Amino acid sequence: MASLMYCGRNVGIKCSRSWLNRTPKHHIFLGFSVRASSSNVETVDGIYTQEHMEMRRSLRKLIDTEINPHVNEWEANKKFPAHEVFKKLGQAGFLGVTKPVEYGGLGLDYSYSVALAEELGNIHCGGIPMAIGVQTDMATPALAKFGSDALRQEFLAPTIAGDLVACIGVSEPHAGSDVSGIKTRAVKDGDDYIINGSKMWITNGLQADWMCCLANTSEGAVHKNKSLICVPLNAPGVNRTTRIDKMGMHSSDTAQVFFEDLRVPQKNLIGEEGMGFTFQMIQFQEERMFGIAGTLTPMERCIQDTIDYTRQRLVFGAPVLDNQTVHFRLAELQTEVELLRSLLYRTVDLYVQGNDVTKFASMGKLKAGRLVRQVADSCVQFWGGMGYADESSVSRAYRDFRLLSIGGGSDETMLSIICKFMGTLPKPPKKK
Amino acid sequence: MGVLGPKMAFRVLVGCKRVIDYAVKVRVKPDKTGVVTDGVKHSLNPFDEIAIEEAVRLKEKKIATEIVAVSCGPPKCQEVLRTALAMGADRGIHIEVPDEEYASLQPIHVSKILAKLAAQEEASMIIVGKQAIDDDCNQTAQMTAAFLDWPQATFASKIEKTNGDLLVTREVDGGLETIKVKLPAVLSTDLRLNEPRYATLPNIMKAKKKKIDKKKPADLGVDITQHVEVLKVEEPPVRQAGVIIENAEQLVSKLREAGHIQ
Repeated sequence: MASLMYCGRNVGIKCSRSWLNRTPKHHIFLGFSVRASSSNVETVDGIYTQEHMEMRRSLRKLIDTEINPHVNEWEANKKFPAHEVFKKLGQAGFLGVTKPVEYGGLGLDYSYSVALAEELGNIHCGGIPMAIGVQTDMATPALAKFGSDALRQEFLAPTIAGDLVACIGVSEPHAGSDVSGIKTRAVKDGDDYIINGSKMWITNGLQADWMCCLANTSEGAVHKNKSLICVPLNAPGVNRTTRIDKMGMHSSDTAQVFFEDLRVPQKNLIGEEGMGFTFQMIQFQEERMFGIAGTLTPMERCIQDTIDYTRQRLVFGAPVLDNQTVHFRLAELQTEVELLRSLLYRTVDLYVQGNDVTKFASMGKLKAGRLVRQVADSCVQFWGGMGYADESSVSRAYRDFRLLSIGGGSDETMLSIICKFMGTLPKPPKKK
Repeated sequence: MGVLGPKMAFRVLVGCKRVIDYAVKVRVKPDKTGVVTDGVKHSLNPFDEIAIEEAVRLKEKKIATEIVAVSCGPPKCQEVLRTALAMGADRGIHIEVPDEEYASLQPIHVSKILAKLAAQEEASMIIVGKQAIDDDCNQTAQMTAAFLDWPQATFASKIEKTNGDLLVTREVDGGLETIKVKLPAVLSTDLRLNEPRYATLPNIMKAKKKKIDKKKPADLGVDITQHVEVLKVEEPPVRQAGVIIENAEQLVSKLREAGHIQ
């Protein structure tokens, strides 16, 4: 319902400016605020300054004019034009918020990336924010921090500009959350590595120009034999025809990528050999904070759309919303969203100050994955049949955000990490 | 007044009003004295955004040399000035009007302020939005021109510069009207003049360093005494739900029942 409504906003008007269609000014609801969505509330909150808000405003405008009008079409096509969209974001400076100035970034602290992620939640699907997150916060942090100048010039600068699309290659058919178990090997040959193996669940995989690839570069201890390598994907030896159909995140393409005797120069190694696992674990912190931030706005939109729908929808002559079980439940969920936001802001604040936030980022990621499922599930329930229909916004959220408890380290992985910090994780059995 | 030789300053003054964001559902205060603004998202009036965009384009075409964004109101108005600075304005002037006086600030006060500033700044042009999306007054440009005794070109959908004059296309009922105005002049923007750009992140960060001067209306010798008293503000009447009828016969009988036809 809501997604149709949004789509209709820009149809049939000469000028596609959403502010022309101001929301009709009606309803007084007992003096309560009508809008719960954070982006409509004017607060310089927690970790944010006026510049963060200004950035969000500008990004929102880009989303409303360049992205949202096409989302339904891209969802139906099961692909969005990554190069086209990323170029627009890159030109506006949104793809290198925290990256070094020398490579076209803004050199700002991580709170700006989080503000960006929160605002990206205004895109009417989960797939495109995820694809953008891969570009900005999953495939590139290690390169930006540890890559050589030449490597950053070759891969980072054009990725920040939006000329290249990046992807991150960690998971494999037989190893996902257990990163240490990956099988892909990069073997030295002259000045090159020869890479063999395959990568699974690769977001942007079909469209990406390069992959930040985790591969085993030696035998030995599983946490010390891996390296991150920048792998160009338009090269002989790369096969990525296998597109994976998914339950949700339809605009985002997901691929399985095969490497067969792929030659990559050794200079494409990020930092030192053997540091790949460590780099990846560092890189995961930003991925997790980004993931948490990315759920906040969609959850609030789900709740707000549900308030709007259930207020109109009559059952036995009264709005569905007037049932205490409905409005109380929505209040409960909104409360939890705010609690999660508080944890996120606290985590980001600590991270910006230079602390290790593995524990809090993992807790936040766990909670985000679970809460977004509860929110979407409750909202689908309150919408009834309409909630089960593909066209409703809550149905899309239900499908898209189910991923969060699986990707970027599953709930169970997060729990294991938290247990380590609590000293309750049993030691692995001794090998005989 | 601004002199328009090839190497002289061509300063553009742009009015920037802070209004409740277009996406917000506006609510009337329970005491009916106005609408709720506390904690509500505000942004730069969209028509003023078009005005800033046009000024930036004039500067990019090397016609304008400096863009000064002006906003009147409480301290939060500096936010919309930052938006204007991020889009490309060179500096800002914030005319500080405290909340309690701002509630009764009318276009006539703003016009007087803009007129005084135009003289002080030796502006060659003033551009404002044709109206603000909150009170929809559509008066500021016209009255500013009157105070300055400058020509006015309102509802501009196209602005071109020819020697010392401006050719302005205006959207009027039934078509387009093209007029020639001498500079300095006051312009107001219509919807189709341009599509405002997104402020890029680098420009947002640069805007932080641009200067915003603060002045009070009294500094300009402008009296902002209230002339208009708001008696009450009310919600528009709620539209009654319609009914779907099957055919023309039903329509006729419904109209007859309601006494609209005999």
